[in-house]
Parts: sequence; structure tokens; C-alpha cells
Amino acid sequence: MIRVVLPTHLRNLAGVGALPAVELDCAATRRSIIDAIEGAYPMLRGTIRDPATGRRRPFVRFFACGQDLSHEPDDQPLPEPVAQGREPFLIIGAIAGG
Amino acid sequence: MSRVRVLVGTRKGAFILTSDGKRSRWSVEGPFFGGWEIYHLKGSPADPSRLYASQSTGWFGQLIQRSNDGGRTWEPVGNTFTYDGVAGTHQWYDGTAHPWEFKRVWHLEPSLRDPDVVYAGVEDAAMFRSADGGRTWSELSGLRRHGSGPRWQPGAGGMCLHTILLDPVDEARMFIAISAAGAFRTDDGGATWRPINKGLRSQHIPDPTAEVGHCVHRLAMHPSRPKVLFMQKHWDIMRSDDAGDSWREVSGNLPSDFGFPIEVHAHEPETVYVVPIKSDSEHFPPDGRLRVYRSRTGGGEWEALTRGLPQKDCYVNILRDAMAVDTLDDCGVYFGTTGGQVYASADSGDTWAPIVRDLPAVLSVEVQTLP
Repeated sequence: MIRVVLPTHLRNLAGVGALPAVELDCAATRRSIIDAIEGAYPMLRGTIRDPATGRRRPFVRFFACGQDLSHEPDDQPLPEPVAQGREPFLIIGAIAGG
Repeated sequence: MSRVRVLVGTRKGAFILTSDGKRSRWSVEGPFFGGWEIYHLKGSPADPSRLYASQSTGWFGQLIQRSNDGGRTWEPVGNTFTYDGVAGTHQWYDGTAHPWEFKRVWHLEPSLRDPDVVYAGVEDAAMFRSADGGRTWSELSGLRRHGSGPRWQPGAGGMCLHTILLDPVDEARMFIAISAAGAFRTDDGGATWRPINKGLRSQHIPDPTAEVGHCVHRLAMHPSRPKVLFMQKHWDIMRSDDAGDSWREVSGNLPSDFGFPIEVHAHEPETVYVVPIKSDSEHFPPDGRLRVYRSRTGGGEWEALTRGLPQKDCYVNILRDAMAVDTLDDCGVYFGTTGGQVYASADSGDTWAPIVRDLPAVLSVEVQTLP
């Protein structure tokens, strides 16, 4: 199981506001994780990646194991601790004004 | 006794204000979708319990929310807005060609007859239609593909389709407005469109009387006279008596004819409301005095409505979708400000009082008159 931490707004939107992380049975790549999120929580479709281009939204960032993985390829395997469920995959709303 | 439900979209969520027909005591619910920008929410005329809301942020993009119980509960519906075919280009601020890119939904207009049919005006400017309660959206691409599309350009707020008026008599006729392209009309249900900007004069564009390129801020219509349109343009209040085929200026004695919203009284088709703003570089009321102006002559002659509104040190703006009327016998008029106040008048604008004072900046105000 891969553990994914969602930002507050998306937790609320998905109705999992109280959960520290959602657990997903999927391959350990960015694309697989987002596919699994959108499958399990259809209301999140388009909120993490642009539905037209498939690209990560500019103010969304991906972190795991102390690394910024935001600019890595979608299909690149994520670090082993993420794949084993020992470390969460963090989806972060970038700090920006407003 | 009739009730009134005021739907308020703000920079940080939606609020629902309700009152009985007296409109003197209000309850405030919200924020709904706290932290999200709610550009617009509106109820279906065919089923007042059906509401639609445009929810977005710069972080997570666009969502459409739907309620079937008057706003008590909501569910996200479809948020895929894909331009039909090749998106093409429009003019960018520097005059270069820029690809059409979807950014957000500015305005939602439910059908007058079918609660599952709803139109969306979006940025970059285009019109979408849903026939399944917002689950799926299809572009009415005849508008964007009008030959003038490559010459449209964004206003300061983006290239947005912000106004949709549905003709209550002729179901196939609709009017829309885009900043900064102008006003357009379809007579065939949205398949084809034509610009309706004859008579507009915009000094800030290379050809002041061009077919397109005008920064139209808002259109308004009284349902009993769908061929009579009123327009708040970037500068100038305009009127058309022939469904937009020609326009004439009716700014008259206004202290400034710059502004954003324009509305028509529910029972008096010649009574029109605007809120003059000092200028396009100073988006606040002239002299720091918040004044709604009312014309009872269909424009030309305007009177200031000030009772209950701040007459000193007021520097808020009133955005284009932030004014509405109810349909009670004594027509109620409502508007929201960028300072977070929502003002109401239960006597056609003679006197005003704030319903709330400290909301986030108000983006839109709509009113439902309920049995």
C-alpha cells in the first residue's frame, strides 16, 4: 500500500478530512498514484493535474523522503520507502499568496 | 409568505443569506467551499432547489458544484472543459497570437426551463453547455470560431465570457459578452453567433468603432422586453432597442460612466441601476461616496441613491456579477463589494442597509425569490 498525504482543500473535497493519509494499491510512480487517486476519489479529477494536458498544476508539488520530486518524469519509479509504504508521498499546495 | 435567498460568491467561499419577504432580518450560512474562489453561483429558474456554483483556485483548478436542496448539501459534478477541435489563438496583451487556454468559469446560467441544462461562460472566452446537470460539458464552438476570434484580447481581468442572457420568449436566442471582444448574439441556440457592437465607441482601442475589441463589462435585460438591452461598457452606459443590432449612449448625467454591474428593476423595465466607479485606473466610487444610480427613464437621467450607503471614506469596488434584484412586489436590489459588504434595499433602491459587512471580497451576488 502506498500512503498519500493530500493537501487540506483536497482532503475536504474528497471527504477524507480527518485522515492523515489515504492508502492506495497502485504502482509507485507519480502517474499511477494520481490515476489511483482520481479513480478512488473522482471529485479530485483535474485538481492535481490539468485534465487537458495531463501536466502537474503549477502550484502543486510532490515530495517524498525529503526530496522534491515535482520535476521528475511521471513514470519514474518513486523511492523504495514510498513503494513499501514506509514513507508517505506528499502532495502539497505550494506556498503562494492569498 | 415569500422568502428571499441571496447567493454570494467571494474570494474565499460562498455564503447564502436568507430572509422572509420583509427583508429586514437575515440569516447567514457559510462559508461553503471555504478558501476557494467562488466566481459565481446561481439557482435554476425551473427548480429553485437546484443550484450551481463555480469553485476554483489557482492551486487546484476548476470545479463545478451542484446542490439539489437549495444549498444545504453540494456535490462536485463535471469539471472537464475542453475546447472543441483546434483551440486556435487570440491576441495577447502585447498583440501577439496566444493559444486559447481554459482558466476558469466566470458565470453559470441555468436554463429558464430545464434544471439539468446550464451554460458556462469561461476564460479564455468560450461558452459551454451541459444537458446533464453539469456532469459533462460541450463547447458551443461557433462563438469562439467566429471569424473575429483571433482579434479578441484579454481585459485586465483576463479574456472572460462573463455575461449570458437567455431570451425568455425565443429559446434559440442568447446574448453574451466578453472582455474584451464585445457583445454577441445567437439566434439558433448557439450554433452561430454574430457581434452586436454597432454604436459602441471605445477610445482606447485603435479603431474606436471596430466590430470587436470593446470591453463590455455587463449586459442586462428585463424579461418582458427581451429586445431592449442595457450595457455597462468599460466607459459608457449603452442601450439597444433592437436586440443589440444598434446601441446608443445613455450615460446622461452620471458622475462617471465607468463601472461594472448594471441591473433592471423586476417590475419596471425602464428602471435601471448602475454603480459609477471613478475610473479604470481607480476602481473606487467618486469622492469616496458609495452611490447607486437609478434611472427611471431607461437611461439618460439618473438619480443618486445614497440613504444607508457610506458617503465618506468608501473605496470599495462592485464587480460585474455582484448586483441582482428580487421579484417581490416592492423590488429588492442587492449588491456586494470588494470590501465584503452585501447591501440590500427592499424599496427599489430608496434606502439601503448592509446584510453583512465583513465577508471576503464579493465576486458575485444572485437572488432567488422563493414561494
